Amino acid sequence: MDWVFLSELAINGALTGLLYSLFAIGLVLVYKASSVPNLAQGGLTMVGAYVVLALARDLGMPLWLAIPLAAVVMFGLGFGIERVALRRLAGRPVVMILMLTLGLDIFLRGTTLAISGGTSRSMELGVSYEPLLLGDIFISRIHLVGAGVALALFVAFIVFFRTRTGIKLRAIADDYMASWSVGISVERGVGLSWALASVVAVAAGVIWGEIQGVDQALSLLLLKGLTVAVLGGLDSILGAIVAGIILGVIENVGAEFLDPLVGGGSRELIVAAVLILTVMIRPHGLFGRHDIERV
Amino acid sequence: MFYRLSGVYHSSLISDSRMFKVPADRNLAVFLLLIGLAAPFILPSLYLNSYILPWLIWTAAALGLNLVTGWAGQLHLGYAAVMAVGAYSAIHTVRLGVPWEIALIIGGLAASVIGSLFAFAALRVKGLYLALTTLAMQFVMDWVLTHSPTISGGSHASLQAPTLALLGQQITSDAGYYYVALGWCVLVTIFMLNLKRTGLGRALVAVREKDFAAAILGVNSFYYKILAFAASSFIAGVSGALLVATFYFLAAPEQFSVNVSIQVLAMVIVGGLGSIIGSYFGVALILLVPGLVNGLVVTASEELGMQVNVETLAHIPNAVYGALIVIILMIEPLGLGKLYGNIRDYLMTWPFDQLRK
Repeated sequence: MDWVFLSELAINGALTGLLYSLFAIGLVLVYKASSVPNLAQGGLTMVGAYVVLALARDLGMPLWLAIPLAAVVMFGLGFGIERVALRRLAGRPVVMILMLTLGLDIFLRGTTLAISGGTSRSMELGVSYEPLLLGDIFISRIHLVGAGVALALFVAFIVFFRTRTGIKLRAIADDYMASWSVGISVERGVGLSWALASVVAVAAGVIWGEIQGVDQALSLLLLKGLTVAVLGGLDSILGAIVAGIILGVIENVGAEFLDPLVGGGSRELIVAAVLILTVMIRPHGLFGRHDIERV
Repeated sequence: MFYRLSGVYHSSLISDSRMFKVPADRNLAVFLLLIGLAAPFILPSLYLNSYILPWLIWTAAALGLNLVTGWAGQLHLGYAAVMAVGAYSAIHTVRLGVPWEIALIIGGLAASVIGSLFAFAALRVKGLYLALTTLAMQFVMDWVLTHSPTISGGSHASLQAPTLALLGQQITSDAGYYYVALGWCVLVTIFMLNLKRTGLGRALVAVREKDFAAAILGVNSFYYKILAFAASSFIAGVSGALLVATFYFLAAPEQFSVNVSIQVLAMVIVGGLGSIIGSYFGVALILLVPGLVNGLVVTASEELGMQVNVETLAHIPNAVYGALIVIILMIEPLGLGKLYGNIRDYLMTWPFDQLRK
């Protein structure tokens, strides 16, 4: 095992990991504002990708127009989901909310596929498939673009959480009741967090759709996204970015060593192991708040 | 009117701890059991074996999950993996030449042992984090199944189930399969009905409500959590084995994937946490309605002369299944069992209750 190969694995792993972060940010945003596990993010990502495709292919829009327009559509969808479904279950036990988001996930996936069919379609962003050569290291261009988008979103959210609306969201995340009593509209804040998560889902859907094609495999990112979110701490966006890089590197390098031993396909095993170990050892993750209840 | 009672008033502990507190409930249960026994003579075997039989076995499985999620309050997203353990161990045991009766019990016990591993996660965390851990464990189990040829017969392979034989009788007829499923479902139902009346059931409820409050009352939550997981896993294991023996006839890893875990949890939650009759309703809704809706769409499109895309038809059941979960949770978060309970409570005092208003 030489160092060039190892660093190539690590760098590409980190880039893939940042793409997981892109997905995990959606989970973190919703959890931060309402302590609700957003297991529908996989479905949302899929819908996001299909909306972009529908606008670009079926209506013939250029991609630079289709993607922002899809973001607007998804913003509305996110608001709608919170208004119609989530709000009724506010304050219910977590098991019901968990099931509701799982049901939403299944519904979104089923509806999208029923409307546009299950055949995989490509996004055709126009990013070259030629790998980028950095010394002796091959780097995939689309992964680099995706990682850039993830970092840009991260910076955007850091800025956003310093604006007036962002501070309101932070207040809601900090204490539901207190923010209610000082006149912050908690419902609107939570709705906004769902809407933002849906917009993030468009970004994740476009990038992942370019990498692996737009089909229902997009919703299988859920386990990886969850692992990243939990490892980073469910309510920390910085955590999602850092944990994404960590998970990506562990997964890529670990799979290289483990695959020959177990006969391939060890990626899922590594991800599941990271999730189990995180919850067992440090349930609040790397940067999460420490108020998680232990038994 | 239907219940011939104006409210339920118990005057002794014995009447209060009866399995059926209202005679009408008992009569209804007996009536349904009789219908169940007569079903092979009434229903055509197509309906019997492709709808009623899976419904009964899934109900037994859902009741097992209800034990751990509804009664003991522990979220479990790895239930299908436990069913898989039961199914595979039972089949391998039978293939070694052991009779089915013993193999089913061995399958249940093997599932209990593996299922108790999930309990160790429950000892550390609860709520969302427990759900995520069990979900991850489900992925690990899936991986083990698909990657160990000795268990599953290789990846993308399936394992043929030997012919079911109980008490020295080979069971090959449709009615035979049905009675096996009915017997198991009734057994689990009676167990669950009795659970409510025993100290074990009350201890589990205490652990669910607040574990340290339970500890103050002298309920050892550590012990009862493991017990709940072990008992529910036993039910899961036997249900999984019977499902393969009487319905699938082949065991494949995809039959016990993550989606199936989510499906069983959906059945339990849509039915109502801690509700036995609710589990029956929940399983019927989740298992049967998506197919029925699809049938309706096909008929409607033929009637109207519209051409519906094949792919659309393939995905409608999934969309309906998700929509059902969302809608039921929005209408009544406590599930169909609660809806049934509301109607029953209303009818219990029906003509007399109106006078008060």
